Amino acid sequence: MQQSAEENVEWHRQKLLRLIADWSSDQRSFKTASWRKTMMWIFLVSDTFIFSCFLISYMTVRMSTAVEWPHPSEIFALEIGGQKIPLILIAIMTFDLITSSGTMALAVNYAYDKKRKPAAILLVATALIGAAFVGMQAFEWSKLIHEGVRPWSNPFGAPQFGSCFFMITGFHGFHVSMGVIALLVIARNVWRGDYDVGRQTSYSHRTGDYEIVEVMGLYWHFVDLVWVFIFAFFYLW
Amino acid sequence: MSDITIKPDEQVPPAEVPEMELFHSHSWWTTYVFSQDAKVIAIQYAATAISIGVLALILSWIIRIQLAFPGAVSFIDSQVYYQSVTMHGMIMVVYMLTAILLGGFGNYLIPLMVGARDMVFPFVNMLSYWIYLLATLVLATSYLVPGGPTGAGWTLYPPQSILTGTPGYDYGIIMMLVSLILFIVGFTMGGLNYVVTVLQARARGMTLMRMPLTVWGIFTAAVLALLAFPGLFVACVMLLLDRLAGTSFFMPAIVEFGEHKNYNGGSPILFQHLFWFFGHPEVYIVALPAFGVVSDIISVHARKNIFGYRMMVWAIVAIGVLSLVVWGHHMYVSGMDPTFGFFFAITTLAIAVPTALKVYNWVLTLWRADIHFTTPMLFALGFLVTFLNGGITGLYLGNVIVDVPLSATLFVVAHFHMVMGIAPVLVIFGAIYHWYPKITGRMMNETLGKIHFWITFVGAYAIFFPMHYLGLLGIPRRFYEMGQTAFVPDSAHTLNIFITVMALVVGFVQFIFFYNLFHSLKNGKPSGGNPWRAASLEWQTPETPPGHGNWGETLPVVYRWPYAYSVPGANQDYLPQNMPPIKGEHII
Ligand code: HEM
Ligand SMILES: [Cu+2]
Repeated sequence: MQQSAEENVEWHRQKLLRLIADWSSDQRSFKTASWRKTMMWIFLVSDTFIFSCFLISYMTVRMSTAVEWPHPSEIFALEIGGQKIPLILIAIMTFDLITSSGTMALAVNYAYDKKRKPAAILLVATALIGAAFVGMQAFEWSKLIHEGVRPWSNPFGAPQFGSCFFMITGFHGFHVSMGVIALLVIARNVWRGDYDVGRQTSYSHRTGDYEIVEVMGLYWHFVDLVWVFIFAFFYLW
Repeated sequence: MSDITIKPDEQVPPAEVPEMELFHSHSWWTTYVFSQDAKVIAIQYAATAISIGVLALILSWIIRIQLAFPGAVSFIDSQVYYQSVTMHGMIMVVYMLTAILLGGFGNYLIPLMVGARDMVFPFVNMLSYWIYLLATLVLATSYLVPGGPTGAGWTLYPPQSILTGTPGYDYGIIMMLVSLILFIVGFTMGGLNYVVTVLQARARGMTLMRMPLTVWGIFTAAVLALLAFPGLFVACVMLLLDRLAGTSFFMPAIVEFGEHKNYNGGSPILFQHLFWFFGHPEVYIVALPAFGVVSDIISVHARKNIFGYRMMVWAIVAIGVLSLVVWGHHMYVSGMDPTFGFFFAITTLAIAVPTALKVYNWVLTLWRADIHFTTPMLFALGFLVTFLNGGITGLYLGNVIVDVPLSATLFVVAHFHMVMGIAPVLVIFGAIYHWYPKITGRMMNETLGKIHFWITFVGAYAIFFPMHYLGLLGIPRRFYEMGQTAFVPDSAHTLNIFITVMALVVGFVQFIFFYNLFHSLKNGKPSGGNPWRAASLEWQTPETPPGHGNWGETLPVVYRWPYAYSVPGANQDYLPQNMPPIKGEHII
C-alpha cells in the first residue's frame, strides 16, 4: 500500500515523539535494549573511534612519506599455477568473513527460538570460518614477510606500508581471534543448555540468557564491517 | 506526613527494570579486596589515586626547588628535573584527577544518586580497578628501572620522546606507554559501566532531567572519555612501535649526535593531533564532574535550588560536544594552516558561552541564598574563583595571535593550573568533606577543614597568580635553568623564591587534611544519615554507610528533582527526592 506524504510525515513525527518520550522517561532511555546490549553498542562506538584513528593515521603517513607507496594489485597478488592473480586471497578472505556474518545471523535466529543444537552448530561454524580468516591472514603475513616486508622496512617502497599493514590488520585480527574464543565459549553454553536452566555462566555470578548470542552477533558483525573499511583502504586505494 | 493527597505510586510508572542480580560475597577477600561492590571499588580507586597524587605533589616540590634555587640541591640534575616535570604532569592529569573523579566519585555516587543497587556489571567494574592499579604500578616502577622514568614532558611529543638524549630512553618511555595503554583498557571497562548505569538502570521516577548535576557531569565525562581515549590509545600503540619495532609513524629522517637514525618519512604532527584529540577533551573529563559536584554542593549548602537546571544540563552536554572539536588550539605554534587556526579559535571561544552560562547560574544560585559557610561550601566557592580566573586566561590563549608569544611560557602553566589543576582539586576536597559522612557515618572536623581550605586556597593563588606575570615577561616553561638571561629582571627571581616557598607550604598543609581524614574515621562526630539535610537520593539510604545493594529490601521511588530546597508551603526546608508529593506541590 502506498503511503501518502502526510501519512509519512505523521509516521516520522510519531517516531520522534516516541524517542523523546523514551528519553525523558524514568528508568531506561532505550526501552527495548538490555544492559548488555546497550553496553556492547557503546563499546562498539568507542572501538569505532579506535579503528578510525588507526585508519586516519594510516592515510596521513601514506601522504607524508616521501617514498612511493607499493601498488596494491601487485603486492597483494598471489601466484597460482604460474599466473599472478591480483587480490585473489583478499577476495577469498572477505568472502569468508561475510559468510561468517551470515552464519552468525542464523545462529541468533535459532537461539531466540531456543533451538539449541542448530544454534550451537552455527556458532561453531562461525568460529571456524573466523579462524579460517585468521589463518589466511597469517598466510598473507608470512608471504609478505617472506618477500622481505617488515614493520620497519619494505623492499617495494615506503616502509610505512609494512608498519601500517601489520599494525592495522594485526589489530583487526586480534579482534577476530577474541571473537572466535567468545563464540566457542557461547557455543558450549548454548549446547549445554546453560541459558535454559539458569546456570551461572561466568565469573560475574550472573545467569545468562539467549540474548548473549545476539550481543555476540553485534560484535561479530562490527568486526566484519571494520574489515570492509580496511579492505577498501588498503587493497583498493 | 499528613498532607499527602495523591496515592504516591499513581505518580510514577511501574517498574520496568528487573531487580539486579548481585554477587554476595562470603569471604573477607571478596568483600574488601576483590570486591564487586561499587562503593568499595570507589574507595580503592580514590585511595590509589590520592596515593599516586601525593607522589606527583612531591615531584612538584622538586620542580619548584630547582626553579627557585638552581643547583642548590645536588641530586636535582637536568635529568631528574625533566623526569619530575613529566611524571608530575602525567600523574596529576590521568592517574590522579581522571581516576578519582570517574573511578572514585563515579563509582560511589552514580548508583546511589540514580537509585540503583550497583553498577550494571559489577565484575567488569572490579576488573577496571585492578587494571588501573596495574597501570599505576607499571608507571611507578619506572623509577626502579635503569635510566628511570621518561623525561619527555607529559605530552610525549616525538621525535624527542624516543630519542636517546631524552631521560628514560631505555625503559622509562616504554613503561609510560604501556601504563597508559593499560589505563585506557581499565578505564573503558569502568566507563562503559558508568554510562550504561545512568542510561538503563535508574530508579522508578528517576528521569534524566531529575538526575543531580553530579551524575550529568560524570556521565558526560565518561562518554567523552570513551570517545577521546581512543586517540591516546592509538598514539601510544604507534609510538611504542616506533620505539620498539623501528617503524616510522611519527619519526622523520633524523640525525642524532651525528648518527643517522633509522627513521624515515613519518609525521610528528600526526602524533600531536592524536594526542590532543584526547588531550583537550581530557580537560573536560576532569572539569565536567567538577562542575556537577560544585552545583550540588552549592545548592545544598545555600539551601536553594540550582538556578536554571535545564540550562545547566544542556551546557554540560554542549561543552562535551564542543570539546571534541577544539584540540587544534594546542597546536597553533606547530605550523598550522590559517584556515584551521581560524576554525579552532572559533570553536575554542564558542566553548566560553556554555561555560560562562554555568558560572552565571552558580552565581545566581548564590544570589540571596541562605549560604552556610561550611567547609564543602568554601571549597566550592574557591572553585568558582579559580575556575573563572583560569577561564579568562583561556580566552586569551584561545586567540592565535595572543597565543603565539605566550605559548610555552609560564603564562600557560598558570592558566592550566588554575583551570584544571587547582579548580578540580578544590572540588575534590569539597566533595570529600561533603560526602565523607555518607561514606563513613562520621563528620570531618570543620575547624581543621576551614584551616585546610584557607591555606590551600590562598596558597594556590600565591603560587599560580605570579606565574601569569612571569609568563608575560617571557619566562619559558620546562626550562631547567634560566642562566644569565638579560630579559629576566631580578624581581622575577625573588618571585620565584616566593612561589616555591608557598608551594612547599601548601604541600605540607595537606597533612592537616590527611590527619582529619583518618582521625575522623574513629573520632568524628556521628553524622546520622543526612547531616546536610540534602534532598538528593544518596542521602536517603536506609543505612549509613549504605549496605551492600544500597537500598535494603525495596528500591526507592523518585517523585521530584534533587533540588527541592526551601519549597514554599513545605514544612521542612528540603524535600527528599523519594518523599511522596505534598499538597499543592509543583512537581519538577
Ligand atoms: C601544589 C600543586 C602544584 C604545583 C606546585 C605545581 C607545579 C608545577 C610546576 C612548577 C610545573 C612545571 C612548569 C614548567 O616549568 O613547565 C608543573 C607542570 C605541570 N603540572 Fe603542576 N603543580 C601542581 C599541581 C598540579 C595539578 C593538580 C595538576 C593537574 C592538572 C598539574 C598538572 C601539571 C601539568 C599537566 C604540567 C605540565 C607538565 C609538562 O610540562 O610536561 N599540576 N606543575
Ligand atoms: Cu585544550
